[in-house]
Amino acid sequence: MLSLVLMVVTSLFFMGIVIRTKSITSGRKGPGIFQPMKDVIRLWKKGAVFSRTTSFIFQIAPSIYFASIIMAILVIPFGQYKGIVSFDGDFVFFAYVLALGKFFSIIGALDTGSSFEGMGASREALYSMLAEPAFFILMGSFALYTGHTSFYEIFTSLHFGSYISYALGILATFVLIMIAMIENSRMPVDDPKTHLELTMVHEVMILDNSGFDLGLILFGTNLKFAMYGALIANFFTGSFSILISILIFLVVQILFAIMVGILESFSARFRMGNNAQFIFTLTSFSILIFFGVLLIMGKFV
Amino acid sequence: MKAIAIKNNQPIPFDTIPTLEYSQFLEFNTSLLQDENHHCVNYYGIAIQDKVKLICCIANDKDALFHVSSSLVPRQTPIESFTQHHLAFEKFEREIYENFGVPIRNHPWLKPVRFAFNQTNKNNTIANYPFFNIESEELHQVGVGPIHAGIIEPGHFRFICNGEQILHLEIQLGYQHRGIETLFLQKKKLIERHTLAENISGDSVVGHTTTFANLWEVLCNVKTDVESHFARTLALELERIAIHTGDLSGMCTDVGYQLGSAVYGRLRTPIINFFQQWCGNRMAKSLIRAGFSNFPITEELGEKLKKVLDAFEPDFDEICKETFSAPTVLGRFEKTGIVTNAVGKSIGLVGMAARMTNINRDIRTSHPYNLYPNLSHQPILKHHGDAYSRARIKYREVKQSIAYIKTLLNAIPAENTNKIVLPKPTPNTFVLSMVEGWRGEICHCAITDAQGELVHYKIKDPSFHNWLAMALAVRNNEISDFPISNKSFNLSYAGHDL
Repeated sequence: MLSLVLMVVTSLFFMGIVIRTKSITSGRKGPGIFQPMKDVIRLWKKGAVFSRTTSFIFQIAPSIYFASIIMAILVIPFGQYKGIVSFDGDFVFFAYVLALGKFFSIIGALDTGSSFEGMGASREALYSMLAEPAFFILMGSFALYTGHTSFYEIFTSLHFGSYISYALGILATFVLIMIAMIENSRMPVDDPKTHLELTMVHEVMILDNSGFDLGLILFGTNLKFAMYGALIANFFTGSFSILISILIFLVVQILFAIMVGILESFSARFRMGNNAQFIFTLTSFSILIFFGVLLIMGKFV
Repeated sequence: MKAIAIKNNQPIPFDTIPTLEYSQFLEFNTSLLQDENHHCVNYYGIAIQDKVKLICCIANDKDALFHVSSSLVPRQTPIESFTQHHLAFEKFEREIYENFGVPIRNHPWLKPVRFAFNQTNKNNTIANYPFFNIESEELHQVGVGPIHAGIIEPGHFRFICNGEQILHLEIQLGYQHRGIETLFLQKKKLIERHTLAENISGDSVVGHTTTFANLWEVLCNVKTDVESHFARTLALELERIAIHTGDLSGMCTDVGYQLGSAVYGRLRTPIINFFQQWCGNRMAKSLIRAGFSNFPITEELGEKLKKVLDAFEPDFDEICKETFSAPTVLGRFEKTGIVTNAVGKSIGLVGMAARMTNINRDIRTSHPYNLYPNLSHQPILKHHGDAYSRARIKYREVKQSIAYIKTLLNAIPAENTNKIVLPKPTPNTFVLSMVEGWRGEICHCAITDAQGELVHYKIKDPSFHNWLAMALAVRNNEISDFPISNKSFNLSYAGHDL
């Protein structure tokens, strides 16, 4: 329960910090950190407009997408506290319930019949597909290391002893940050600020969504960021008391948001063709973690 | 004699332009283009009773001359195309076909250009434009526009793609129907004509107005005073700085490089704000007038401009250093939207787009006007023809323009208090006036009748030549790199549609 509350609280200001960081680095003042959330609330008060070429799939897709994120969040623990749902192999559930949401957002985009949205959908599907092995090798390695297969048990029994395990923690943080950037369609894979349909990935898929549905999708992105931030924070909060854990959690989230902002301020988006290659390198990072685990466990001859 | 050779802004009696048989006309002009020093600056038709007089102006960039020749053809008889010999005539012949219905044989791409109100075949509309089509199941088409995703102008782009890769792009413009050339004849007051010239293309106000003012003064047989020459040259270079800087900002935005986007955007502002201080308009509207100058550059304004540039230059250098050393930016700019030198020559590129592919074509050097003879301008050339070359040219040209302005400001001419009233234009005269705007060569041609009234006014914006280059540049590129190619050319829709 605590993890859910903390993640929802974080999601209220996460994007605000990202936008504020980007504003400051470009010499602007920028909006307040709750502005993105206010925009979402404004959208929630509106009705939605549906194109006549779309079917019911387009109408249910945003809700399923949002629901999938909520379900994924439920399995994430917080320090010593279990998530609302916790069972063996829940990280597989986590990955595939998110994939289900993505699947619906993709067919929802295809449902509009627009040539842009089809392109965006195909790009997003490709990038998610390439990011998947990285996530599973990462989580699989930790499952092997700890001997458990649920998020809660992995994180509670994970403690850093040797230098190699610190290196593993840093690598895992990097991989998770990059997966979060890819899954949320941020730089350097996608440019969320662009107004050009031809260069968009995620943005173009939601061009036809409006009002309440758009609000759900935008808030979903905020939640997803908070969710990945929570996963990262879990690497560090394992054995501390609750107050310190909450503090670490918030610090990690804020640092994560600032990092996203800085990453987006000083680099350009990659060329679309290089994205696939870039995402695939994440898998090799995960394999490094895997070898590190084998090394620690003395499985190497 | 097959053609009359004239200089930039040199009035000649209209009937001294030799009229050739069409076959001779075709042979003469296409053979001129075999020489690399020649390029086509204008080719258009004028209705004379039931016939069409075709006028072709070919520039000789080495000798600072224009070869003007003409031919009188009937409307119905088919004529052989120039385009089959040289692609540079492609758009011009389409325009002649559209406006006068002259059938042109062996033209590879005889489609409507801009759907003018007075086109011959009134059934031609954008709705039935014959787009290049595909039958394939594997390929897909993407149509962009005519409503632009940003806030610029209307134009339709149709891509044929193989997945993410562009195989073919067809650009169809002609959504704006202002009829500027016709308005030039209908509006008799000089102030109205100035306003029209200012609005041909909103980002080349100085370029087009200077062309018009230079042309009008020679047409009225008035010697341009030193102060006007000074103000026009200064304004042209300032406009170049402002638009190039804005373009660099746009290119950074299109690759998602926020730092460049923000800083170049900020740098552009003080430059256009100087126009505001100078003439009361940030786009330099109302600044340039034929015959006199309403807004003299005083010593005080000169000092202000020096200060603006002194503040601009170090920041500009710094951000360019950042931009051109950021690997992610270079990864997007390099090898994107390549136009090779051979392609550039064959389609007759002009201006910045020509220079990025190592074609030495710059009216400031080859046909100097205003104060450019004193500046002895050396064009900046690049070799690769990609978006990176275009960005670098913008950077180097801004630096060059700053140096020119600093030189110019060392000798500000005294205000000319002797305001003259322009006499009526010389009757039966033909004038061709060219200016190198920031985008490329701007060409205006005027013809007067026996009473000294305008009977024909022809405007050519550099975009008219260069749109084709953009369509060719994006072939085999990723479709997501199209916006960056588009922005790096930054062609005018309004200048094309007129």
